Formats: sequence, C-alpha cells, structure tokens
Amino acid sequence: MKPRTIVEKIWDSHVVAEKPGAPALLYVDLHLVHEVTSPQAFTMLRERGLKVRRPDLTIATMDHSTPTTPRDLPMLDTVGKAQLDQMTTNCKDFGIRLYDLKTTKQGIVHVIGPEQGLTQPGMTIVCGDSHTATHGAFGALAFGIGTSQVGHVFATQCLLQTPSKTYAIRVDGALRPGVSAKDIILAVIARIGIGGGTGSVFEYLGSTIRSLSMEERMTICNMSIEGGARAGLVAPDDTTYQYIAGREFAPKGADWDAALARWRQLPTDHDAEYAHALTLDANELEPMVTFGTNPGMGIAISGNIPDPASVADPIEKSDLVKALKYMDLQPGQPLKGHPIDVVFVGSCTNSRISDLRAAASIIKGRKVNPKVRMLVVPGSMQVKKQAEAEGLDKIFRDAGADFREAGCSMCLAMNGDQLEPGEYSVSTSNRNFEGRQGKGGRTFLASPLTAAASAIMGVVTDVRTLL
Amino acid sequence: MKLEKIESKIAVLPIDNVDTDQIIPARYLKSISKDGLGEGLFRDWRLNADGTPKPEFVLNKPEAKGVEILVTGDNFGCGSSREHAPWALVQNGIRAVISTSFADIFKGNALKNQLLPVVVPADAHAELLKSPWAVVKIDVVAQKLTLPSGRTVEFPIDAFSKTCLVEGVDELGYMLQQEPAIAGFEAKRTGSVNTLQ
Repeated sequence: MKPRTIVEKIWDSHVVAEKPGAPALLYVDLHLVHEVTSPQAFTMLRERGLKVRRPDLTIATMDHSTPTTPRDLPMLDTVGKAQLDQMTTNCKDFGIRLYDLKTTKQGIVHVIGPEQGLTQPGMTIVCGDSHTATHGAFGALAFGIGTSQVGHVFATQCLLQTPSKTYAIRVDGALRPGVSAKDIILAVIARIGIGGGTGSVFEYLGSTIRSLSMEERMTICNMSIEGGARAGLVAPDDTTYQYIAGREFAPKGADWDAALARWRQLPTDHDAEYAHALTLDANELEPMVTFGTNPGMGIAISGNIPDPASVADPIEKSDLVKALKYMDLQPGQPLKGHPIDVVFVGSCTNSRISDLRAAASIIKGRKVNPKVRMLVVPGSMQVKKQAEAEGLDKIFRDAGADFREAGCSMCLAMNGDQLEPGEYSVSTSNRNFEGRQGKGGRTFLASPLTAAASAIMGVVTDVRTLL
Repeated sequence: MKLEKIESKIAVLPIDNVDTDQIIPARYLKSISKDGLGEGLFRDWRLNADGTPKPEFVLNKPEAKGVEILVTGDNFGCGSSREHAPWALVQNGIRAVISTSFADIFKGNALKNQLLPVVVPADAHAELLKSPWAVVKIDVVAQKLTLPSGRTVEFPIDAFSKTCLVEGVDELGYMLQQEPAIAGFEAKRTGSVNTLQ
C-alpha cells in the first residue's frame, strides 16, 4: 500500500460515498456549535422540516457574544442577549447539549472541546469557526465551515469535501528562553504569508513540536488558518494520550485500550509524500511581534519595521503602505519600545492555564504600567477555576490587571470588550486585521510572555529583559 | 436560482488579503437572520465614524451603481469563516469576485450563495486592474471571462459547484438523498465513534 500521511489516513476512514463528478461525502465525528454562526442554519432546518441527525455528536457553547463581566450582572447588550437566548431555544428544540453561561463548563468552543475530552485523535471535527484547526493538536482533522455547511452537518452529519494538499512544517531544535509556541507559529506565518497554505492542511513535525505540551500544540494548530490552511495537525503521541486519559468524554476501560490501538496507527507512514514543505530552526527564533494589519506582517522583537521602498510588487507595496498608515508606524524603526494602551491575554490561541501561568510568571511581584489597561480572560470557566486555585487571579489583580469571566472577548470585540479608536494593544489573540479588536484599534500580536512584559513596561517589550 | 451569465462593469479594489472582518465587521454578526447584513458590507472602509460615506471608496463612486463584479487582489476573503461576508456582498448586488486567488473557506461559502469566485492568471488580472468600470462578460457554463480588450480567458470551477450554480441544484437535497450510504457507514463504525450522551 502507498505510504500515507495522517491527513490521508483520516480522510480515507471518513469517506461515506464518492461519486464521479462530485466531491466526496465525508463523515463528521464531532460538530461544535456556537451562537454566532448557527442561527441561520437552525432556521433552515425549521424551514425544511429537518432534524439534527446526530445530536449526540453535536455540542454547543456560548462564547463570541458573551459578556466577560460577572455572571450575576444583567446583560445590557440586548442584541447580543437575543442571540444567546436564540441559542438556548435552538439547542432545546433540537436536543443539543449546551454549555450556557450558567454552567461550570462554558468557555471558548476550542478550549472546552479538548478540556472535556471531546477532541480525540483520528476524528473529523468541524465548527462554524475558522479556528477549529486548534483541535488538530490531537491528530484530528479539524476545520472551519460556513453556516450553510453547519446546516449540512446538522441534517446529514456529513460534508461534501475535496481532499486538501498536505504541507509539512518541520520545526527542529530547542527553543531559547522567552521563546514560545506562539512565536513559532508567528514565525511560520511571517515566512509563508497569510495565503501560503491556501488549499493545504499543515502537518507540524520535528523535535521541537514533539517536545511541546498539548496546550502549546493547540496554540500552533489554532493559527493554521492565519497561514491560509483550513486545518493543521500534529500526529498523536504519548503526550496526547496522557492529556486525554481520564477526561469526561475520553474512552474508558476496554474502550480506551481499543482507542489507543487505533490512535497508534495514525501517524504518517515513513516515506509518505507531501505536496509542500517548510523547515524552521527553533534555536534561531526570537520572540515575535506583528506590526501590520495581517498576521503575516510579523518581525522578531529585535527587528525593524519593513520599508515599502524595498517591496517590488505594486499591490504588496501599497498594502504595506496602507498597513503602516493604519498602524501609524514608520518604516525602518524598531517596534520594541513603542507605547501601548491595552494588553489582552486571552482567545482560543492563548487562554489556557499554561498561558495564564506564563503571563503570571512575568507579572508576579510587579505592577502593570499605570498607562496600560490589562485584561486577562480565561478560555473557559474550568481554566478560570484552575487559575483561581493556583492564585493566578490574585497575582493579576494585585498587579492592577482585570481578571474576567470566560469568552472570546477582545479577540473580536463582539461583547463590549474592545479597543477605542487609535489605541494600541499587545494581544495574545490571532488576528490584527483593521478594527478587529474594536473600530480604529491597532493590534500587535504576541505571546503571553511578551504581552505580560509589555504590560509591565508600558511599551512593546522583549520579555528576555525581564526573565 | 441559477447563475449562467454575468455582464457588468467592474469595480476595482486593488488590495491583497482582504479579510472577512473588512468585508463585514464582527459587530454585524449578532443578527440571528440574514436580513440587513448588506448594510455592514465594507462598513469601515465605506463609511466614516459618523455614518457619512467616504467618497474615495470604490463602491461609493457614482460609477459603482449597478456593478455586479468586484475585481480585487490576491487571497480575497481570508480570515474568519463568517458566511455573512458572501451574504453581505450578494445583498449589495455583487454576483462575481475576480482575483488571482481566494481563501478556501470564503470560496466555499461564496459558491453556496450564487456568488462566483473567478480565479484568473496574473496577466488577465493586470489588465482588469487597469480597467476600472470597463464591462466584462462571464460565461459560467463555458467557464470563460471576456476581458475589456475582447480577449477571452478560461477560469477553473469544479464540476459539482458549476452544476449547482448553473442548474440551481440544492446541495443539501443532494446530500439527503445519500441517507442509506450514511446510515450504512454509521452501522459499520459502531464502537469506534465518539458519543456524547
């Protein structure tokens, strides 16, 4: 048999039917649902008199429009509240398990899936959200879909799909102090550009990736879409199995042994071929930070903002000019030392307990710069509880930071947590698009370590000076 | 609804990597229906903070009236998976977007809403960028685009999507017909599938 990649193995085991002239019908093992991209799909079901075919493989949460203020306060945003209320009605009507704001398991959809043991190797996982690739950290084929497709999965538990190309991203070597998983993925995207992975699925390989924890792998897979790939994954290993074991929805007893035997067959065969490949030396990486208005516009913290004069392509050049104008930055200057107004630690990229621990390790015993507003938003209520048990909430609050309830929050500024026009933030989230964190706001993407260091100093900071 | 031919002036937006947050900002995503999303199209590029139009934005120019085709830079529709982006474009009368490439999720979403993503080679793209408001013709069946110069270029579109566009095939209806295959697949896999309840 021809050697296969993990992506090809998962694909092959999920094809329900293949007809000439049509895409394959691909089975979906887990469908994650949130309030923003599902209402019109539920409406379609009602209009056509259809049911959710497998409510037992469907799970819903509230995260995007969700306030991060204390849960006993009334929700002032009436439009947002109507969306959450509709979610409750939809899940009740169609028999879907919902982690709403009253439960202890609510959180960002890509944080709670792994946390509850729902995310498992070899699965196909979809969600009406482009950061679904996060679940690829477990060796699952996980990708974002539009609302029409959310409706397709509701009704048939399947999607019409054509296979993607495979793209090997190999990272070898030891990371230096102060350099983290976020810096790896920002460096990858800076290298290939935000369209570099279009049409592909990334497989992250190499000794560095193997040495990362599950939460670090999630950070990397999460931002596959920022490199243009709809999905990105890491083949499962003992780190993966140890993380899953014992979680609520993880297989138990004999089922666990059977699952483990299946999962061990997943890694890419020796000699399997990839359509594209990229290699990175982890040892050469520095903390990364973005300067522009897409995640590919990133530089090492010691670097300078690029000069449009050195760009040949006319559209690329005008895009860079446009980005620097929006960000009000000068070419050729360092970003390090640039004043900031806000620091946001959160989002499906970096809101897990290890991210909060990393930020707290820098904040501890220090004060947030008086010019800076710092928000720490745990990815889930479980993460929040764990952070409180470890006293991280106290570290953040004592330093002057705001420690909030779980949700997507200022990553996309739907819930009232947002930048004011002209403000600069260092953010651990995934997108620095114009207005992403609030109309007119300007975002520098970075790791939790860099974000915390910048909060202390009040300017974009090389965390290595505070270690 | 069927989409066979489009003949229209082109509006040119010569920007690479136009993300879906620009096509429709997140604050318009709280709606539970598709109604009125067109108002959010390119909201922060199109309008000032006080709601007055920015005259320099391409879709605000007098020539843009009735335009059905948008020509844009590489990797159009990157970022968020929000289908609100094609909904907002379609609600403003756009029926095709021409570029050198599209982000994967946007492309799939567009095709499900009778919005045609047309990928053209660099030389044809260069001609289009230099020809704002010129009239071009798109023949979906023949997969041909007639440029302002009269030259014709072919564009790719997968056979199934083309059938759906041209014949107005209901994709979900097609999938529902395969229920026996889906049930058969599930029966075969019992024991290896996760179950939540």
